[in-house]
Amino acid sequence: MTLAQHLPALQVVVPLLAAPLTVLLRRRTLAFAVVLAASWIAFAISVRLWMQVESSGTISYAIGNWPPPWGIEYRVDRLSAFMLVLVSGLAAVVLPYSRASIEQEIPAHQQYLFYTVFALCLTGLLGITITGDAFNIFVFLEISSLSTYVLIALGRDRRALLAAYQYLIMGTIGATFFVIGVGLLYLMTGSLNLADIAQRLSAVEGTRPVLAALAFLTVGISLKLALFPLHQWLPNAYAYAPSAVTAFLAGSATKVAVYVLLRFYFSVFGAPQVFDKVPMQEMLLLLALAGMFAASAVAIFQTDLKRLFAYSSVAQIGYIILGLSFGTVTGLTATIVHLANHAITKGAVFMLLGCVAASLGGVGLARIQGMGKRMPLTSLGLVVCGLSLIGVPGTAGFISKWMLIQAALEQGQWWLVFLIVLSSLLAVAYVWRFVEAAYLREPSNDPNTAAEARWSMLLPAALLVAATVYFGFDTSLTLGSATHAAGELMSAPQ
Amino acid sequence: MTGTGLLTTLGGHFAYFITVFLMMAGLFIVIARGNLIKKLVGLSIFQTSVYLLYIAPGKLVGGTAPILSDAFSVYSNPLPHVLILTAIVVGVATLALGLALVVRIREAYGSIEEDDILQSDAAPESPSQEQ
Repeated sequence: MTLAQHLPALQVVVPLLAAPLTVLLRRRTLAFAVVLAASWIAFAISVRLWMQVESSGTISYAIGNWPPPWGIEYRVDRLSAFMLVLVSGLAAVVLPYSRASIEQEIPAHQQYLFYTVFALCLTGLLGITITGDAFNIFVFLEISSLSTYVLIALGRDRRALLAAYQYLIMGTIGATFFVIGVGLLYLMTGSLNLADIAQRLSAVEGTRPVLAALAFLTVGISLKLALFPLHQWLPNAYAYAPSAVTAFLAGSATKVAVYVLLRFYFSVFGAPQVFDKVPMQEMLLLLALAGMFAASAVAIFQTDLKRLFAYSSVAQIGYIILGLSFGTVTGLTATIVHLANHAITKGAVFMLLGCVAASLGGVGLARIQGMGKRMPLTSLGLVVCGLSLIGVPGTAGFISKWMLIQAALEQGQWWLVFLIVLSSLLAVAYVWRFVEAAYLREPSNDPNTAAEARWSMLLPAALLVAATVYFGFDTSLTLGSATHAAGELMSAPQ
Repeated sequence: MTGTGLLTTLGGHFAYFITVFLMMAGLFIVIARGNLIKKLVGLSIFQTSVYLLYIAPGKLVGGTAPILSDAFSVYSNPLPHVLILTAIVVGVATLALGLALVVRIREAYGSIEEDDILQSDAAPESPSQEQ
């Protein structure tokens, strides 16, 4: 079957071709249909690739039939297959939701452009994940970033423009740092293929340009993944972007950046070089802890729910990086499983907040008072997601925290366990802010008694909430693949 | 290090010195300036410095364009040029999008100075002005 051989290329090409098609069609319903079809096809392809990788190992695809070290290679291993499924799956769920959601947030004549940019963003994110070429990562990174800036600027509030501008500045600095790092690696190894660089690096291991490349890549990618204290762009961007955009970005953009970091640390530089030559372990640990506590503490004092959960995202990135900083298989497993669990949970949170905004006209704590009575389903969903953010047993968040604690204990760092639990208490505090406003306050005497949002918005959100609970019980899909992926990363030839 | 040794180091690495100078100058403008257009100018300088970082090492002394011929045996590396062509396209797109955003910001706020903009948002608890 020839088509099956070309699945890695089609994974990126399908959403890429959908983008110009929507501009030609110009009708928002048609544009919606095209991008929806593209994202579902992309999801089907990613699932197929995942199954293929699980059964027969890493897939290498030479673009244009140029053999790998010279041509661009698309490479699907367990980790990238896992990420492809996550990103395209999230897009497939958010798109049906976005139709009703953006109707209220974006002027009708611009709506078809939303789908264009969404398709481009998806293309970029999938491209970053699937490519095995360092410079190609940069190109896809910029495709996804540029479209992300546009998506954020589509927000109704004028502050969305400023948020997009600030993200553009920070994001471009990050991407340029990244490309400097890649340039230094190219100077030292003469190759751009990640696997090839990894092989050639052993000859120049530990030299100053290589360490400088590591530093530039770390800072550049950290800007993209909003590692504390490089997270300044994130709260505004999430708060003022249209709801559907926030839901998609919160689950995918920062997570794909984490993937790039994992790829460079473990597949290119190799754990020994990253953690022994530089005190990267201590630095990442410190920043992760600072993020977990500082961002959670700031979240408690927010009055806008979107901002509150945006700061919570920064804190959760802290957990993800914490797992990475151990440099062990268990730690990496925790990182990868939390990538998925947090993406699903936060996607659900922001989709539900979009429902709230659609019915109540805003997500300020004052405005949602008494929401528990008016919108019982949405409120319930938000509480479940909140429990997952805290890490209560029976939700996906518990599994990630459990793995993190195991990784810490494995290293004999019991004080970290204490800190992880303590920072979860901060999460209890900010989730309680929502519960208090929604359930314990009387509804304000607003004449327009709002009800639940439309089913087309509630249903996709409910799907993700259900997934949050499901992955708290049946972990074979998430934890199982994360364990395999972490094992494969750590055993990468070096 | 002797005088001539220092001179050779400086001479051999002058492309890197220029690169780093441009890089720092660009980054400084981005951070220090409050004018949104000037920030974008700084960002462009910052990005442009990277083009130099890639291109300069691709040149070999005495090397020609990589067109196979019996008359030449030393060729410059063409790959950095190709990469940087892509990077230039990315840079242009970023600048264009940035400028477009500044136009929209000016329409919405009536200013392109960061301080004024932040102030006009902070002053009244603006009931989210719709555009």
